[in-house]
Amino acid sequence: MAMQSDSMPDRFIGKSIPRKEGREKVTGRAVYVDDIAMLDMLHGVTVRSQVARGHLRGIRFAESIPWDEFTIVTAKDIPGKNCVALILDDQPCLANQVVNHAEEPVLLLAHADPYLLEEARRAVELDIEPLPPVFTIDDSLAKKQLIWGEDNIFKSFLVESGDVESAWSRAHLIVEGEYETGAQEQLYIEPQGIIATFDAEDGLTVWGSMQCPYYVHRALMTLLNLPVNSVRVIQTETGGGFGGKEEYPSMIAGHAALLARKSGKPVKIVYDRMEDMAATTKRHPSRTRHRTAVTREGKLLAMDIEFVVDGGAYATLSPVVLSRGTIHAAGPYFCPNVRIRSKAVATNFPPHGAFRGFGAPQSVFALERQMDQVARALGLTPEEFRRRNFVKEGETLAVGQMVREKIDMAALMECALDLSDYHAKRKRFAEENPRRAVKRGIGLASFLHGAGFTGSGERYMASLVGAEATPEGQVRVLAASTEMGQGTTTVFSQIAAEALGVDFDLIEIVQPDTALVPNSGPTVASRTCMVVGKLVESAVLGIRQQLLSSSLLKDKYTSEQFRQACRLFIQNHGELKSTAEYSAPVGVYWDDEKYRGDAYGAYAWAVYVAEVSVDMTTYEIRVDDLVAVQEVGRVINPVLATGQIEGGVAQGVGFALYENVVWQEGRMVNSQMTNYIMPTSADLPRIRVFFEEVPYAHGPGGAKGIGELPIDGPAPAIVNAIENAIGVSIKRIPVTPEVLMEALEGVHA
Amino acid sequence: MRSYVPAYDMRVPLELDEALETMAREPGEWKPFAGGTDLMVLLEQGRLADRKFLSVARLKGLRGFALTDDHVTLGAMITYRQVQTTAILQQEFPLLCRAAYETGGLATQNRGTLGGNIANASPAADSPPALLVYDAELELVSASRTRWVPYAGFHLGYKKMDLRPEEVIRNIRLPRTKKNWRQYYRKVGTRRAQAISKVCFAGAALVEHGGISDVRIALGSMAPTVLRCRKTEALLLGPLTAEMIRAAADELAREIQPIDDFRSTARYRTRVAQKLLEEFLLGLITPPAGESA
Amino acid sequence: MPEAPKVAVSFAVNGEPRTVEAYPMARLLDVLRHELRLTGTKEGCGEGECGACSVLIDGELVNSCLVPVAQVEGCRITTIEGISGETLHAVQEAFVECGAAQCGICTPGMVLAAVTLIERHSAQPTEDDVRNGLAGNLCRCTGYMRIFEAVLQACEKSVGAGA
Repeated sequence: MAMQSDSMPDRFIGKSIPRKEGREKVTGRAVYVDDIAMLDMLHGVTVRSQVARGHLRGIRFAESIPWDEFTIVTAKDIPGKNCVALILDDQPCLANQVVNHAEEPVLLLAHADPYLLEEARRAVELDIEPLPPVFTIDDSLAKKQLIWGEDNIFKSFLVESGDVESAWSRAHLIVEGEYETGAQEQLYIEPQGIIATFDAEDGLTVWGSMQCPYYVHRALMTLLNLPVNSVRVIQTETGGGFGGKEEYPSMIAGHAALLARKSGKPVKIVYDRMEDMAATTKRHPSRTRHRTAVTREGKLLAMDIEFVVDGGAYATLSPVVLSRGTIHAAGPYFCPNVRIRSKAVATNFPPHGAFRGFGAPQSVFALERQMDQVARALGLTPEEFRRRNFVKEGETLAVGQMVREKIDMAALMECALDLSDYHAKRKRFAEENPRRAVKRGIGLASFLHGAGFTGSGERYMASLVGAEATPEGQVRVLAASTEMGQGTTTVFSQIAAEALGVDFDLIEIVQPDTALVPNSGPTVASRTCMVVGKLVESAVLGIRQQLLSSSLLKDKYTSEQFRQACRLFIQNHGELKSTAEYSAPVGVYWDDEKYRGDAYGAYAWAVYVAEVSVDMTTYEIRVDDLVAVQEVGRVINPVLATGQIEGGVAQGVGFALYENVVWQEGRMVNSQMTNYIMPTSADLPRIRVFFEEVPYAHGPGGAKGIGELPIDGPAPAIVNAIENAIGVSIKRIPVTPEVLMEALEGVHA
Repeated sequence: MRSYVPAYDMRVPLELDEALETMAREPGEWKPFAGGTDLMVLLEQGRLADRKFLSVARLKGLRGFALTDDHVTLGAMITYRQVQTTAILQQEFPLLCRAAYETGGLATQNRGTLGGNIANASPAADSPPALLVYDAELELVSASRTRWVPYAGFHLGYKKMDLRPEEVIRNIRLPRTKKNWRQYYRKVGTRRAQAISKVCFAGAALVEHGGISDVRIALGSMAPTVLRCRKTEALLLGPLTAEMIRAAADELAREIQPIDDFRSTARYRTRVAQKLLEEFLLGLITPPAGESA
Repeated sequence: MPEAPKVAVSFAVNGEPRTVEAYPMARLLDVLRHELRLTGTKEGCGEGECGACSVLIDGELVNSCLVPVAQVEGCRITTIEGISGETLHAVQEAFVECGAAQCGICTPGMVLAAVTLIERHSAQPTEDDVRNGLAGNLCRCTGYMRIFEAVLQACEKSVGAGA
C-alpha cells in the first residue's frame, strides 16, 4: 500500500487498528516474566513480619531445613541505602529492627527447588516484640501512637478560593455529609514478578512485570549503590497494572537483585496470588467530609471539603495520590468559595498506593453523593442542581484554573440522560417500586479527570522520547512507556504513522529497556497518550524534517519513498535519530506553594448514568445498565478507547458493590480470588460507551488522557441510583448486601 | 504453591475393588480423591493435611447410572456438568441441576463431582441442600460390606461424617417422590457466578387441597453442616397463613447457627434465610408458573 | 523430608504423545509450563477461580492448576498452543479484531473457554450463554464487553462458513 501523505489525512488516527501484539497474546506466545527460565536460575521468596508493628529481636531457623543450600539475605546484605527509593525514601527494602506492618519484608530466601523453598519459608521464625498498632484514620490523626514522623501525617494540602467562612451566613441551605471508601485491590490477573541477574562485568539486569522501568532503575541504583550504567531494567509483557505495578515492582526488583548478587545466579521472584493480594499496595481507603452552602436559586455558594486518605505504613505515593484526590474533590462545578483541606495519614496497614484514578475516585465518590444530597435538600432533581452549577468555559475550577477547553457539561449530561432514557425510567420506577420486591433506580455522576502529572509534574519530569530510522527504512520509537494492555504500542504506532504519513507497519515500538530507551516518565496518570504520545509525534517528525532538509524526501511521498530516503540518509550520515523533550504548553502556570493554577494541561469530562436493581429479599444490588458519555479529545483508536472505558467501568462497579478488603490485625484475610470478589462476566451490565470529541490542541492528533477517567464515575452513579431505588442514602462503599441490610434495618427500626 | 508437593502421593487404581482393597489394608492412610476442585485449593494454600490419595474420579464402579420407577441412582463421580445435562434430573430434580449450574464455572463443573462435594463436607456446598430436600440416600462401600444410609444424618459435625476410613460413597439414590412438589432453590453468593454461598436455601412442598401436606427445607452456610430444618418444617403443615409464615421464620432463626466470617455476617445470613423462607412459602400460594427454581 | 517417588505419566498434548516424570500430585499446570515449556497456559490464582490456566482434557475445559498430573494418564490435553496452526482459529481472529485481548494474561484461557463454548455447548450462543459460559474466566482489563462481541462474531463467522 502506497499513498500520498497529504492526500489522505487521518489514515490512522481515529481508526480501530487491531492491537499490535494481539496475535502473540491470543496464541499464548507473548512472553511474560514467569514464562522466562534461565540456566541455573533460583527462585526467591520473602519472609514477612506477620506482626503489624513491633521490634524485631531475632530470627530463628528451624533445624529441619538444609540451610547451607539456601541463599539468605537480610538488611545487613544491602550495599547501598536500605530503602525503596520513590518520593520520601522512608520505606525499607528489608525491615531492620522495627516492623511497621504485617506484610513487611524481613528476610529473603533463594533455592533452585520452589517446593523446598516454601518449606523453608515456613521454617523461619521471626521473634518480634509487638507494639500497639494504629488501624484507623481517627487514631492516626489523634496520634494515639506516633508511628510516622512527628505527627503521623505524610502530606497535607490546603486549596482555597474565595472565603468559605464568610459564606455560611449568606447561605439559603447548608448540607453536611460524610463519606467513606474502602481499600481496593488492583487484581491484575498476572501476579507481580521479577527476574534479576548480577555479575561484576555487566552489573545488574532485571526483567519484569512493571509500569515504570525508570522507577525501578532508580530504586536499584540507590539500594545497591550502583552507577547508572550498571543497572538495566527491561519490561516484559505485563499482564495488567492499573497502578499496582507502579511502585511495588521496585521492591520486588530490589529483593531479586539482592538475592542474585549474593548467590551469583539468576533469581526469579513471582508472587502467588495470596501474597500478591496481601502484601502489595491497594487503593487508599478514604474519608471525606463535606459542608456545602447553596443559594436559594440552587447555586453553589461554598464548599468546605475535608479529605483524608489512609496511606498505610510508609509514604510510597501517598503525597501524589492525595494531591490528585484533593484537586478533583470539587469536581466540574463552579463555586466562588471553596476550601479543601486534605491529609494522608500513616497507619499500620501495608502501604496503600497507586490504583487507577489515584485518589480521584475517592473524592469524586464523596462529592457526587453530596451533590445528590444537596439537590434533595433544595427540592431539585440531581440533574437540575448539577446543570445550574457546571463550570463553563472561561470560569475557574477550585484550584483557580480557568477552563479554556470548549466543554459543555450540560450538553454532555443531556446526551447521557437521553441515551439512558433517564427521565422516563425515573418516572416509571417511582410508580412501580412500591409493588416490587426488586426495586429499581437510576442515578448519575458528573466528573472530570485531569490528564498527565499534576501541576508542575510534567515540567519537572522533562520526559524524553527518541526516534531512529533503521537501515531497512523502518522507524523505531524509543520510549519508556509500557504496554500493559491499554494499547500503548498500537496507539504510539498510529500517532507515528499518522505524523509521518507512512504505513503502520513501518513503525516499530521498542520494548522498554533502560539500556535502549530514554526516560519518558512512568506509565501512569493518563499521561501516556497525551503527553508521551505528543513527544512520539514530535520525535518522528524530527526524522521527517531531517529527511526533508537533506532533500532526500520531497513534500509528498509514498511509504516506499520514505524508506528509500531513510536508507540513503543512513548510508550518507551513518545514523538518523531524533529526540523530543517535553515542554509545557504556553500559558500554563502552576504555583506549588499556594497549590493554585493550571493543575492539568487538559481534562477529560464525563457524565455516567447507572441503573440498578435492589433485591429486597437478599439485599443484592445489580447494575442493569451503565451509560458512559465522555469528552476525551480526539479518540485515536475507538476500539481500544472503548475497551479502556469498559474496563475502567467494570473496576468501578467492583469498587462500588463487591470489592471488600477484609482486615484482621492489619492483614488482609480474604486474599484469594475466591473471597475477594471482582465482577465476573455474569455480573456486569452492557456497558454503553459514547465519546464526544473536541480535539485538544496540545495532544497528539487532538487526543487527551483517558485511562483513569472511567473509574471515577460508576461508584457515585450506582450509589445515587440505589438511593433513587430505595430512598436510603448510603455513605460508604462497597455497598455489600450486608451494608445495605444494616442501612435499611437502621431506617426501619 | 505453598505445599511441599513431593511429600504428597497419589495412586490411580483402575478398578474400584483395587481402591477398596488398598483402603482396607491401610485404613485411614489413603483418602479418596475425586475431581480435586476443593483438595487442590488446599494443596495450593499449604493446608492439605492428608498426604496419600487414591484417585477415584474415573473409576467405572463409581460412575453408574440407574433409573427405576422408584429411584434415580447416580454414581458418586457424576460431575456437576453431567448432573445439569441428565434429562431425568432436569425433569424431576431441578434443584439439583440448579445447584450444579451454580457451582463454580464451567471448568469446575467439568471436574467437580457430586460424591466429592458430599465427602468434602463443606457447610457451604451448593448441592447438599438439594439432596436433603430430595431425601437422598447414600450407598457406602468398603472391601467387606455395603450399606445404605439416609443423606440426612450423614454429616455429624463440621467435616465429620458417618463414613468409615475404608469406605467410599458409591451411589447417590434419589426417590422419585417429589415430582409433583413445588420446588425452590436459591443460592445467595457474593456474585452471580463463581461464588461461595453466604446462604443457600432449598425447599420443596407438596401442596394439596389448599394446604401444605408435606414439606422439606434445607439450608447451607448456616451451621457447621448443611442443615435440614425439621422444626421449621413441622410448623408448616396445613393451610398457609401469615401467622404460620411468621412463626416458621422465627423457628428457622432458632434452628440455624450462622456465624460471622469474612464472607458475611450472622445477622445477614439469618435475615436472608428468613426472607428466602418467606419467598418460598409465598410462592406456594401463587400459580406454579411464577415460582423460581 | 518424606517424599513420594516421581512417577511416569503418559498423555497426549496437542496431538503428540508425551511422557513425563513427575511427582504424582504436581499440578498439570506446572508440568505443562515447566516440563513441557508450554507457557501459553498462565497462572492467575492457583485456586481454580480465574481460569487463566484453562486447558482441555479430553475436550472438556478444566483448570489445570486443580489437576494433579497423575490423573491425566492416558488423556488428551489441548493447550492454547494446540488451538491454531499457521492460521488463527476463528475465535482468535475475532479476539484480535474486536479488541478482546488487552493485557493478554487471561486471553489463552478465555480463548479456550470460548472455543469450547462454541464447539460443544451451543453453536449459536446468545449473549447470556456467553456471559454464563465464560463466567469461570476472569478478566480485569476489558469489562468483558469486547470479549462477548468477539465470541459472537466468531460464531457468526463459523456458522457463515458452514462450520
